[in-house]
Amino acid sequence: MSEGTVKKFMFVNRKAPYGTVYALEALEVVLITAAFDQDVSLVFMDDGVFQLKKGQQTKGIENKNFSPTYRALDGYDIEKLYVEEEALAARGLTEEDLLVDVTVMSRAELGKLMDEMDVVLSF
Amino acid sequence: MLHIVNKSPAERNTLESCLRVAAPGGAILLIEDAVYAATRGNAAEAQLRDALSRFKVYALAPDLDARGMGDRIMEGVATVDYGGFVDLVTEHKNCQSWL
Repeated sequence: MSEGTVKKFMFVNRKAPYGTVYALEALEVVLITAAFDQDVSLVFMDDGVFQLKKGQQTKGIENKNFSPTYRALDGYDIEKLYVEEEALAARGLTEEDLLVDVTVMSRAELGKLMDEMDVVLSF
Repeated sequence: MLHIVNKSPAERNTLESCLRVAAPGGAILLIEDAVYAATRGNAAEAQLRDALSRFKVYALAPDLDARGMGDRIMEGVATVDYGGFVDLVTEHKNCQSWL
């Protein structure tokens, strides 16, 4: 990538944490992308909204609890976090249940935002 | 018979298949991402509530806790730990994992 080129990257997170490795892998790639000073947006839709649920305690399943990492993202200048409104509602969740500040958006709005991206990566 | 389901009802149809096929009187154990089905306000709540009249339904507590859903469990669903998981397997004559 030539110096000074900034692309709009969107990471689309659609999987619940722990049941598969997608959520953790997405975080790894997000942090790498941020290191290259790109314009990064994270979207959480479908079961992906569960990644941001407060109160994850993973000692019992002997997995690393990576949820605190979402709170550290603003330290890497990743501040654009979008959550699907309909996905929260279908899971009995509200914005209050999430461990970071996010922008809640309808599916239609997310679709428009996705349309404006240069690169979309799906997890 | 013990039926074990491990996928989210929003992601896969294994819980639905299980509920369609399982003979009444059996037990259903929800583990891993399937524990979301047993939480209040989720889209599969009505389906699972209906199943409670025909089956004993259990959810694995360490999987609920890992997902921050330990305080969201539906009424009528019992939680078990790993020891309880083993007990359920030994108490039933056979089991089916709905992969």
